[in-house]
Amino acid sequence: MSENNHSSSYTPRSALAKWIDKRLPLPRALHDNFSSFPTPANLNFWWTFGGILTVCLLIQIVTGIVLAMHYTPNSELAFSSVQHIMRDVNYGWLIRYVHANGSSMFFLAVYIHIFRGLYYGSYKAPRELLWMVGVVIYLLMMATAFMGYVLPWGQMSFWGATVITNLFSSIPLVGDAIVSWLWGGFAVGNPTLNRFFALHYLLPFVIVGVVLLHVWSLHVSGNGNPTGLDVKKVDKETVPFHPYYTVKDGFVIVMFLLLFAYFVFFHPNLLGHPDNYIEANPLVTPAHIVPEWYLLPFYAILRAVPSKLGGVIVMFGALGVLLLLPWLDTSKIRSAKFRPLYRQFFFIFLLVCLGLGWLGAQPAEGGYVIAARLLTVYYFAHFFVILPALGYIEKPKPMPASIEESLESKTKTEKL
Amino acid sequence: MSSEQPTRRDFIYVASAAFAGVGAAAAAWPLIDEMNPDASVLALASIEVDLSPIDTGQSITIQWRGKPVFVRHRTREEIAEAESVPLDDLPDPQPDEDRIQRPEWLVMIGSCTHLGCVPLGQKGDFDGWFCPCHGSHYDTSGRIRKGPAPSNLEIPPYQFVSENRIRIG
Ligand code: HEM
Ligand code: FES
Repeated sequence: MSENNHSSSYTPRSALAKWIDKRLPLPRALHDNFSSFPTPANLNFWWTFGGILTVCLLIQIVTGIVLAMHYTPNSELAFSSVQHIMRDVNYGWLIRYVHANGSSMFFLAVYIHIFRGLYYGSYKAPRELLWMVGVVIYLLMMATAFMGYVLPWGQMSFWGATVITNLFSSIPLVGDAIVSWLWGGFAVGNPTLNRFFALHYLLPFVIVGVVLLHVWSLHVSGNGNPTGLDVKKVDKETVPFHPYYTVKDGFVIVMFLLLFAYFVFFHPNLLGHPDNYIEANPLVTPAHIVPEWYLLPFYAILRAVPSKLGGVIVMFGALGVLLLLPWLDTSKIRSAKFRPLYRQFFFIFLLVCLGLGWLGAQPAEGGYVIAARLLTVYYFAHFFVILPALGYIEKPKPMPASIEESLESKTKTEKL
Repeated sequence: MSSEQPTRRDFIYVASAAFAGVGAAAAAWPLIDEMNPDASVLALASIEVDLSPIDTGQSITIQWRGKPVFVRHRTREEIAEAESVPLDDLPDPQPDEDRIQRPEWLVMIGSCTHLGCVPLGQKGDFDGWFCPCHGSHYDTSGRIRKGPAPSNLEIPPYQFVSENRIRIG
C-alpha cells in the first residue's frame, strides 16, 4: 500500500480471537479493510455507489438462488414455471419482481459509478488496473443479465437471444460454426436455454471474485476523492471507514432501496417488455425487438453501422475503448473540477450516451439511423480526439495545495 | 559446455511443457465439443412436406431444425419479376433459376441473414419479404435487395419425392 498504507490496528480481544488470529487472520483482514481503513474525509455522495453495488449483487444472488429452486430450465416448461413462480409459489411474485427490477437497479448504480469515475478521473495512475477490473465486472454483468433475460423464455427472451448470438455469425469463416456451437443446435432452442441457465447461475459468483480483486486493488491505491489530490497526511485528511462511511453508505443504501421498492411495488413491469409475457415462438418475430434499457446505447451503435461485421466490431470497440481510457486521457489532472474544458465535454459525452440509449429504442430507419451514426462518431471522437487533445490545450483552474487545505477552506466558507 | 548452449535439462523442460500442453488441449476438447449440436438434434434433420393444399399465392411456414422454412407457391407475376431482375442490381448476385427446382415452388429458410429474425411475407419494397428487425428487404426470389443483411435467404437442401411432396434435409 502506498500513501494510504496503514499498519494493522487490530487487537484481538478474547483468547479465542487471539487463537484465530494466529491461524487464520480473517477478522484482522476484515477489520483493516472495512473498519479502520483510512478513507479521505472529503468524499461526496457519488462515492457511495460502491456500497450500493455490493448490495445489488447480493440481492441478485439471494433472489436468484431462491428463484432457481422453482424455475425449470427446459424450453417446454420454462415459461410456465415462471408463471408458476408468479402465481403459486409463496411470495414468488415478490422474489421475481425484485430479481427482474434488481437487474435494472444494478445497472443504474453501475452507470452512475462509471460516470463518477469519468468525471473525477478515477482511472488515472495509479488506479488503471482498478478501472480495468471494473470494466471487466461491467462486461460480466452484461453477459449475466443477457442470459438471465433469456430464462423466462418469452418472445423477447427468444428473439433477443437469437439476434445477439447471431452477432457472432459475422466472424469470417468460423462464424456459423461458432454460432451453432453456442446454440447446441441450428437455432436457439432447449440446449441453448439449458446452458444459459448454467452460466447465469455461475457468472454472478465469478463477479464476486472479480469484485474482490477490484476492492483489493482499491485498497492498494486507496480511494480517490473529489479534489483528485493524493492523500498526504493520513491523520488530517482521512477518517476510518467505520463508523463514518458505514453510516453514510448505509443511509444512501436505504434511499436507494426506497427507489428500488417503488419500482417493485408500483411499476414492476415498467422496465420490462410486454412481449415477454408471450411464450417464445420460433416462427414469429415480434414487430419491434428491443433489448433491456441498459444495453440500448450499444444496440444503437450496432445498428448505426451499415455492415454486419462492421457493426459488431464497432459495438465491441465501444466497450473496449473503456479499457484504453487511462492512456487516452493525456491530462495529469484527475478531477473535472479543475478541468474547465473537460468538464463541458464530460456533460456532452453524458448526453451523447443518453441520446444513443434513446435511439436504441427507436426503429432503425430514416433520421434515427443518421442521428445514431452522428452520435456514434462523436462517442469515439470523445476518446480518440477530444481526450488526447485536451491534455495539451486545456489550462487547469487553480488547485488547492492539499486535501487538508481544501477541507479548511470549505469549513471556513461554511462558517461565514 | 557454456551456459548459452541448450542443456539436457532444457530439453526436459520444453518436452514436459509441450506434453502438458497437448494433454490439456486433449482434455479440454470433450468439454468444448459437448456444446455442439448433439445426436438427438442432428437426428431431426429431415422432414417431408405435402404441397397439395398450398394454392397459388399461398405460403406455409414449417419448422425444420428449429428454424422456420417458407414454402411459397409463387404466382406468375412473382416468377416473372424474379426472373427479370438484372444480376447487377443484386448485392448477392444469384439468378432465380439457381434458387428453385420448379419455378412455382420457392423453398427457403425463413431466417434473415442479418441477425436471424423471421421476415414477413409479401411485404417490403420488392414484393417479397421484409425483416422488421433492422429493415432488410428481400425480393420474390428471397434475394436481399436493401438493408443490412449480407446475403440472400438460404435455400435448404430438399428434393421432390413425388409430384406433390418434398423432403427437406
Ligand atoms: C449479477 C447478478 C444477476 C443479474 C444481473 C441477473 C439478471 C437477471 C435477469 C435480467 C433476469 C430476467 C428477469 C425476468 O425478466 O424475468 C433473470 C432471471 C433469472 N435469474 Fe438472474 N441475475 C443475476 C443473478 C442470478 C443468480 C446468482 C441466480 C442463481 C441461480 C439467478 C437465477 C435466475 C433465474 C432462475 C431466473 C429466471 C426466473 C425469472 O425470469 O425471473 N440470477 N436474472
Ligand atoms: S435480423 Fe433481419 S434485418 Fe436484422
